[in-house]
Amino acid sequence: MKFLCVDCDEVMAFAERQLPGDGTMAAVFKCPGCGREMGLLTNPAETRLVSGLGIRVGGRSVPEQPMELLRSSLATGDEQALVDMPSEARAGLTPGSVRWSADARARLEQVPGFVRGMVKRIYGEWAVERGIDEITPAVMDRARSDLGLEGM
Amino acid sequence: MRRIRTYHEVADPGSEDIVAQVVAQSERLARRLADVGMVVVVASGKGGVGKSAVAANLAAGLASGGRAVGAVDADLNGPSLARMLGARGPLEVGPEGVEPACGAAGVRVMSMDLLLAAEDAPLAWREPDEGAFAWRGVLETGALRELVADTRWGTLDVLVVDAPPGSDKVARLIELLPRIDVLIVVTTPSDAARHVVAKSVRLARERGVDPIALVANMTAWRCPHCGQTEAPFAADGARALAEATGLPTWAEVPLDPRMGAATDAGRPYVLEAPDSAAGRALRGLADEVARRT
Repeated sequence: MKFLCVDCDEVMAFAERQLPGDGTMAAVFKCPGCGREMGLLTNPAETRLVSGLGIRVGGRSVPEQPMELLRSSLATGDEQALVDMPSEARAGLTPGSVRWSADARARLEQVPGFVRGMVKRIYGEWAVERGIDEITPAVMDRARSDLGLEGM
Repeated sequence: MRRIRTYHEVADPGSEDIVAQVVAQSERLARRLADVGMVVVVASGKGGVGKSAVAANLAAGLASGGRAVGAVDADLNGPSLARMLGARGPLEVGPEGVEPACGAAGVRVMSMDLLLAAEDAPLAWREPDEGAFAWRGVLETGALRELVADTRWGTLDVLVVDAPPGSDKVARLIELLPRIDVLIVVTTPSDAARHVVAKSVRLARERGVDPIALVANMTAWRCPHCGQTEAPFAADGARALAEATGLPTWAEVPLDPRMGAATDAGRPYVLEAPDSAAGRALRGLADEVARRT
């Protein structure tokens, strides 16, 4: 899929992605010639179709995680089926040092246990990379859109 | 009317981000299978022919013969391989992937069954209310890719892939896997089975899969009381299929109720009763595959 700025005859470049958490997605593309922006809006089924391919519109900012698609999509998964290794065992990563606000912890608890450990680690890594020492719901919103983690 | 450039005129396939992500997925799968000597797919196209039991016994037979063996259950909606191999979770997730469960004879097992919440839990996705018909197949293909690519198989002599029923699922595996070194097609003497299984054979041949071999399952039944042997099916569809396709039959496995009971209990019959008629046939199948490793 490409977006062409007809006036400039230039292919528009991906600029921003937003996942508001209701299953929809908004992606902004910008013309490198005239600067005009346009938004691509998808409904939940379209968003699911794209995420089902295991791809991220606009690209990935973190590598694909082990069984990421399965863990984030399976509704009938056993919460104890997969045990994440402690983050300390992962070389070079210290997401455990990031604090979680009470609101963020409450929201994390809403994430199915099947995928909660992975989500917590990914958000922690995202925060560490940006020098964020506390994860709040607002940080989670930014991280979700930035990482393209629909459903997490 | 002004002319707007076409997609092919503006797109550079090499720089496509979406394409790059799909290529990365394929490379990830290929890297995972780089340390696997042989990928053996056990398929049928027809359900109820004992395909998973053959796959489980093949894996266990190879492992008991000293081969390093993995087994992946590609049947996401009706997974049974983990149970047949006595494999259980939980599974450990690390940065390099998910550690498979350990099954009979040390077979390394990955199956959707190891991830579901309860024995009777169906495969269900967190889904939007509409449009499921459009994305469910895509999602299941992605999930299957992850079961193969994100499992830490380590170095294997053989990875046995238990295919789901349906010739379309055989096609999906052919497209998904970077290579299939051997395709074993399971059928029975039933003429209805022959009719359906022939479609999978043709499809695989047209996609260039080679070699392909048949396993004729439930070929005969021997009464445990009087010892008399009878044919459980009136037809001899398995032999007809072999003659029509020219494919070799690597095993003729007789119907043995004890095999069903052992397999249900997670004890592959090839280990439980290796000298029974069914056990010998299954060992012969494992030997055929082992000769190619």
